[in-house]
Amino acid sequence: MTIMHNLKRLVFAFLLSLGGEVAWADYQLNLPVGVTETSRTVYGFHMFALWICVAIGVVVFGVMFWSIYHHRKSRNPVPATFHENAKLEFIWTIIPVFILIALAVPATTALIKIEDTSGSDMTIKVTGYQWKWHYEYLDDGIKFFSSLDEKSNRARQLGSGVDPSSIPNYLLEVDNPLVIPTNKKVRFLFTAADVIHAWWVPDFGWKKDAIPGFVTAGWVKVEKPGVYRGQCAELCGRDHGFMPIVVKAVPQKEYDAWVAQWKQQHESASGGMEGKEWTMEQLMARGKEVYNTHCVSCHQADGSGVPGTFPAIAGSEIAKGDIDAHISIVLEGKGAMPGYGQDENISNEDLAAVITYERNAFGNNTGDLVKPDDIADIR
Amino acid sequence: MATVADTHDTHHEHGPAKGWLRWVTTTNHKDIGTLYLTFAFVMFIVGGAMALIIRAELFEPGLQFVDPHFFNQMTTLHALIMVFGAVMPAFAGFANWMIPMMIGAPDMALPRLNNWSFWLLPFAAALLVATLFMEGGAAASGWTLYPPLVLQTGDALPFTIFTVHILGMSSILAAINIIVTIFNMRAPGMTMMRMPMFCWTWLVTAFLLILVMPVFAGAVTMLLTDKFFDTSFFNPAGGGDPVLYQHLFWFFGHPEVYIIILPAFGIISAVIPTFSRKKLFGHNSMVYATCVIAFLSFIVWAHHQFTVGMPVPAELYFMYATMLIAVPTGVKVFNWLATMWKGSMTFETPMLNALGFLVLFVLGGFTGIMMSQAPADFQYHDSYFIVAHFHYVLVGGAVFGIFAGLFYWLPKWTGVMYDEKLGKLHFWLSFISMNVLFMPQHFVGLAGMPRRIPDYAVQFTEFNALSSVGAFIFGVTQLLLGYIVWKAIRGEGEKVDGEVWEGAKDHGLEWNLASPPPYHHSFEGIEIKERD
Repeated sequence: MTIMHNLKRLVFAFLLSLGGEVAWADYQLNLPVGVTETSRTVYGFHMFALWICVAIGVVVFGVMFWSIYHHRKSRNPVPATFHENAKLEFIWTIIPVFILIALAVPATTALIKIEDTSGSDMTIKVTGYQWKWHYEYLDDGIKFFSSLDEKSNRARQLGSGVDPSSIPNYLLEVDNPLVIPTNKKVRFLFTAADVIHAWWVPDFGWKKDAIPGFVTAGWVKVEKPGVYRGQCAELCGRDHGFMPIVVKAVPQKEYDAWVAQWKQQHESASGGMEGKEWTMEQLMARGKEVYNTHCVSCHQADGSGVPGTFPAIAGSEIAKGDIDAHISIVLEGKGAMPGYGQDENISNEDLAAVITYERNAFGNNTGDLVKPDDIADIR
Repeated sequence: MATVADTHDTHHEHGPAKGWLRWVTTTNHKDIGTLYLTFAFVMFIVGGAMALIIRAELFEPGLQFVDPHFFNQMTTLHALIMVFGAVMPAFAGFANWMIPMMIGAPDMALPRLNNWSFWLLPFAAALLVATLFMEGGAAASGWTLYPPLVLQTGDALPFTIFTVHILGMSSILAAINIIVTIFNMRAPGMTMMRMPMFCWTWLVTAFLLILVMPVFAGAVTMLLTDKFFDTSFFNPAGGGDPVLYQHLFWFFGHPEVYIIILPAFGIISAVIPTFSRKKLFGHNSMVYATCVIAFLSFIVWAHHQFTVGMPVPAELYFMYATMLIAVPTGVKVFNWLATMWKGSMTFETPMLNALGFLVLFVLGGFTGIMMSQAPADFQYHDSYFIVAHFHYVLVGGAVFGIFAGLFYWLPKWTGVMYDEKLGKLHFWLSFISMNVLFMPQHFVGLAGMPRRIPDYAVQFTEFNALSSVGAFIFGVTQLLLGYIVWKAIRGEGEKVDGEVWEGAKDHGLEWNLASPPPYHHSFEGIEIKERD
């Protein structure tokens, strides 16, 4: 997006705002009304508080500007001398109290309802990682990672030269969206593996922190099928801005079909490629792809890591040492690193390829070739 | 103050020391006040430059200038420098200059301590900026320094924590000095309830500082031991609790918000009466409101954490307690309006800035009321709506309060009137660009843009671009402020008498001294008979 193009949009936006009722382009001014009862309640609440503030503002600023106009020295050369009035001071102490009570009562009922996660139809465990989400359907046994999609990821690199407006849903698209049924009370349990994250889909009307060592909860009952997008809302490190959330809400039937299809596809972790012989070149090529999807944000493209935070793979004792130890770290994770064995979307082939890649790229040159069967044995 | 004897031409047998060593060794409250204000301005420019790096990156979607990790360092340091380097030292500068002259004291009670509390600051600031060049860069976890994220900081972590310790020490020493001065050095007849609001708000602020800075120092020390000495205060793997840090931090952090705004309330309570040519309305209720706000600030902290999964009763409690703050804050605003009412107002630069403060602070207060509602805060929390809110109260409130105080007392300090035309230009440019900068952030926040992100979805483009334009205008305008003050310090401008502003002698002891006041002023022989 060139600066000139951007300035044009800016001028356009300004003219639009002068036009008042003219249709807004693709941006919005206000909270979304959303697609759940909670989000509508929160929206109504937000507007109620807003209008109360507008009303107070009209009075306060009205008095202020009336006074500024009429009580200026040129119009009122002799100032009054009063400097207290107990009755008046009592009144403007007590009136705000009543306004606040008017706000607090509906807020209390709404809050109690929003926080009531009981009686849910299904539960999904959401785990925040730097910088992706892991979803686990506790009832259906489905689990997978969900990270920023490839197109956005390429465009968002510093100096990529790709115009973000040419990418559909730039920064708000993932490789594997969360799929939930509509009109069912879906309970979410949140936790995190490394640092604190927060799960926020504005159309659902709330966000919740995902905290390591804690389990927090929230729920939705989506009324309208559709795709709803959000982002991590709690600063969680370098790529905090790049771990979006996409939720596909579909009718129960479609959901059931999706679950069945998922189970069929993931019956064996090898994705139907058992017995294939892999050459070193094939493994290295595929390994590089996998590395660039899952590993690059921490361990960096040249395997140098981030000193003090994320260990280097180039010259690492693990990548050059015992193969089984290397495999188990990739499968089970360590510290801030997720265990990739728990992602059904990552096949044994992918894992074999990426480990082979790590053992031979970045000048590690061990010459080791890891086969998918080696992974299957340990996984 | 008709009862003040004209005695200020005694006791000026020794002036300031010669040469640059004067500024290192000085124990004079005026010199130290000047040092604080100069330091604050330098930090304001440094922190502002960081904000402009942030706004340049956010001008359009995509990453154009900086790596996301560096972006996070900028958001962290911008906040720490603005809060601890710019706003707090600026108010300490006002306190040093004005409190002795307002309560009829010859100087601060503890002059050597005063020197030390200032000279800790440049070293702390230099250390903080130096962390940018360390292995792994500066802290990039936001100014709240939340674990576990902050524990991923590279070599900078212990230095950042040490900086917090030094800054805290400096604040506590300054606070002790102010409390001792106000309790012991008031002129005869200057009873507590006759004391100007600026002294009152600073007195309350000083108590807040002493009560909460040790909490912050303790919390960051626990981070230090977690990182280097294998403790597990905040590490769940060792039985610790990351949310415990948030409770400790905000137990400090919420009173800190009032530490930043209360002295501004004091300045506004001095400026509005002078330019309305009336006494401050409801002086006593202003004092009580200040104390109530300070008390409430200790019992509302967890409204910064509505989304961490607290039990519902705790959420309800913190929601109700937070809403209560609107009452004493409302009292203050209504009292200022009543002070203006039927006054005889003129609109010199200090008054313009005070009115700017009033408008912007009330707008920030409104969004504050909206955010106090826990269910609505589930949407607002950690979005740009919050960023807009606290910049309205911190820039619109604290910084415009500082502008008002600066233009109000600058002629007193320098003896010449600043350039009124440029002063007004500075106000209007600041006021308009401030709104262009922060108003659109409300909209992108409500539309779903999280805070602390270096890049954003394309539907947020227009308002971000607008916001960045406002930021650059606001930033450049502050160089104009430096120029105006520099001109006044060099003595370019019309000479002013001791009273400076028409009828100001009725609005504070300081206007009974010459402009500039003698290096060692004296109020010998005065007795205060009534409140201003």
